[in-house]
Amino acid sequence: MMEDKQSAEPVVADVHKKITAAFTAFDYESNNTVDVREIGTIIYSLGCFPTQADLHDIIAEVEEDNTGFIALDKFLPVMTKVLLEHKFPPIPEDQLLQAFEVLDKEKKGYLVPEVLTHYLTQEGELFTQEEMDEMLTAFTDHQKNLVYYKDLISQLAADPGI
Amino acid sequence: MPPARWKILETDDTVKSPSPALTMKAAVLIQRWYRRYMARLEMRRRYTWNIFQSIEYAGEQDQLQLSSFFSFMLDNFTQLTGNGSDLISQLLDPVVDPWLDREICYNLIPVPESYTGPRLSFPLSVSDTNALLSAFKEQQTLHARYVLQLLYETKKLLKQMPNIIHLSTSYTNEITICGDLHGRLDDLLLIFYKNGLPSAETPYVFNGDFVDRGKKSMEVVSLLFAYLLLYPDYMHLNRGNHEDHIMNLRYGFTKEVMQKYKTHGREILQLFQDVFSLLPVATVIDGKILIVHGGISDQTDLDFLSSIERHKVKSALRFPRRSLEQLDIGHSCKRMRSTAGSRPSSHSKNQLRKTRQDSAASTSSSSSSSSSSSSSFCSPRTPSCLSPRPCPSSPSMPYTINVLQVPYLDSLSSVPPPPPPPQHDREWRQVVDILWSDPKPQEGCSPNTFRGGGCYFGPDVTRRLLLRHGLQLLIRSHECKQEGYEFCHGGQVITIFSASNYYEEGSNRGAYIKVGRELVPRFYQYQVSRTTRKLTLTQRVRVAEGSALKALKEKLFTHRSELLSSLQQYDQNNTGCVSVSDWAQAFESVLRLDLPWRTLRPHLARLAPDGSVDYQSCFEDMEPGIPLAQVTPNMAETLFRYRTDIEIIFNIIDKDHSGLISIEEFRHTWRLFSAHLGVDVDDRAVDDLARSIDFNKDGSIDFTEFLEAFRVVHKLDNKEQLNGKTAGGKCS
Repeated sequence: MMEDKQSAEPVVADVHKKITAAFTAFDYESNNTVDVREIGTIIYSLGCFPTQADLHDIIAEVEEDNTGFIALDKFLPVMTKVLLEHKFPPIPEDQLLQAFEVLDKEKKGYLVPEVLTHYLTQEGELFTQEEMDEMLTAFTDHQKNLVYYKDLISQLAADPGI
Repeated sequence: MPPARWKILETDDTVKSPSPALTMKAAVLIQRWYRRYMARLEMRRRYTWNIFQSIEYAGEQDQLQLSSFFSFMLDNFTQLTGNGSDLISQLLDPVVDPWLDREICYNLIPVPESYTGPRLSFPLSVSDTNALLSAFKEQQTLHARYVLQLLYETKKLLKQMPNIIHLSTSYTNEITICGDLHGRLDDLLLIFYKNGLPSAETPYVFNGDFVDRGKKSMEVVSLLFAYLLLYPDYMHLNRGNHEDHIMNLRYGFTKEVMQKYKTHGREILQLFQDVFSLLPVATVIDGKILIVHGGISDQTDLDFLSSIERHKVKSALRFPRRSLEQLDIGHSCKRMRSTAGSRPSSHSKNQLRKTRQDSAASTSSSSSSSSSSSSSFCSPRTPSCLSPRPCPSSPSMPYTINVLQVPYLDSLSSVPPPPPPPQHDREWRQVVDILWSDPKPQEGCSPNTFRGGGCYFGPDVTRRLLLRHGLQLLIRSHECKQEGYEFCHGGQVITIFSASNYYEEGSNRGAYIKVGRELVPRFYQYQVSRTTRKLTLTQRVRVAEGSALKALKEKLFTHRSELLSSLQQYDQNNTGCVSVSDWAQAFESVLRLDLPWRTLRPHLARLAPDGSVDYQSCFEDMEPGIPLAQVTPNMAETLFRYRTDIEIIFNIIDKDHSGLISIEEFRHTWRLFSAHLGVDVDDRAVDDLARSIDFNKDGSIDFTEFLEAFRVVHKLDNKEQLNGKTAGGKCS
């Protein structure tokens, strides 16, 4: 989060407003609930880097008894705590570069789409085919058919402030 | 290249490979970053969408104001010069009954040899419609003579049609239902390409809003009418709220016609008026699926609707005279807008609304003098401003008769509601409800104050109507949806919207429905792309976001005085800074757009070193198009805000469409307009301005130039300045 204020109250109020704004963006029925599948997006957009396991834990805590929906009044206190305690801090950008360099053992500066696909769909918190396709469409240099990951990193790390 | 690629996979053993744990960690890192990035992108997309929608709805609200002005002008036409009043009467309240035949001598209009466009022969054949398709694909314009004949024949055909068309799937194959097109020829051509041209095998229903906003409304509507004439049994058109000559004045169709048809434009527009009012208002398939453009209300009665004379409702925005007097809308102007401007789901507005009413009550008797007079609520000449407030519908009182609260001193006294409207008002309401209503998630039925017409109808209203008429589904359009379609009311209502990229390139898909004998709707989506290279999601979001933010910034600019005075209330010490919370609060209370201001803040304002908002920075990016010495900041702001309305009024006054009006006409109209709105702009300043714009001193103003001066320029956007063309027209 940005700055540490002296008094706690306004901070909490602001955090509440932030969470509520993100939440209501997905509240299609205008009844203060969102589909559980959108929770990941909401939490990520609030600046957090939870693991999939973390997400599952949060969902388990706030979901309305297997209805597939999450209510704002349950989500708000949980998420407020997450934000105030910086529970899922961002991963520094240079670590992201290192991660790519692990995969690009020869440090050529690029990866072949097939190799990247192999890693991201077979390792770690597996990408779905859809996620993989989207990433490749957006970040492959189509003429050379290579992924120049430094470009990718600067895109991912660019902070629009939102 | 290829050698390197294979090298990676084959020489794994020669290069030291990282441990599996490390690889996994690396993968997780990348995945997590990527997911976060995509989530933020999605969030930006949603916010962008919200901006576009709120601005669009706010714009439609203005429509109510403009039409109340027209009514006001008509009622006071003795004050205008003879010229003005006849014109306005003619355009808004034609003496000729659309049912009667106008004298259209289209066959006397010569078509020059040099004309290479389609020459239609009536009755139309497939070769005519094919000729139209090719011609429009090649950017040709249909000659006025054929346009008039096309409209004349369409009018003849429509007169024979009932208000509600009944279709059956047993005689036809699947029926294709399309939503709003709004002058997007590309979308219509794409639909025809994907789905087939209208024919016995491919019947269509087009659910209104063929014109306005897009640049090819003429072409779209010509094709639709041509197919209607060719296959009256397989082509069906419902009226939309934009098939309305007053809407057309504001949203671009009138302008398009006048630009493409300089000599015969006026005749063509008059015929369009008739044709639009003769379009059927509803279609029913197999007695089970109801298709209307907007929606329904708790007063909707299909039997009554079938019986009325639909052509009598020329425009939703010309209130039947009697109800105008009853509700005194002519004098309530901005009051209605400012007090009734929120959608049903937002709850925090009620408090604010009350405060505004109270403050207005105490200042209404004095003439507004501050520079934020544009927010003054009443015309100075009428101390009582009536503010209809939505009240829950009850069996004894029709929903639209609201309790009238009249401010008197510091309290509000209730005025008994006027008696129930006479027959022809009832007809007007039925049609307006069908064309303008929107579904909402909450139960009940309330006036659609956002749009200024029709109502918000809840799932219970839908259920009751469907039950009463033995229907199972309501298909409507009227609202843009990201995927081109959307279900609501537990699957009983479908919104179908066929103009892709409606707000901006990449903003949404278009869709159409196909329904066969089993009456199960199937959806087909598409998206027209102007660029040959497919834009990535990131690029599309960025473009749309840029466009939305520009539109939003213009709104800030045109409300600068109000915003500043609101902000200053939070900044008593005049530091130029307020907290983020206060900043957000001020913006929401003035603009009433229900947007996530905190999230948008980085795009709109700078932070001071201590983390508070430097609010003057909000207005740095913009300036007037042509700086004119006579234009004070207050005047600039006012003219910016009303420039669309002013343009419309100019267009009406300029009857020969020369682009020039006399200073006298301008002065008169401006005075009336500003008096009606309670806008406090020094008349003398406006006179000076008008005279200064009359560069060649011949007593006439080129109003295109005049309006150019009141276009908002975004300083950071150099390209726009160089081009000198206005790119923002998204909201008009």
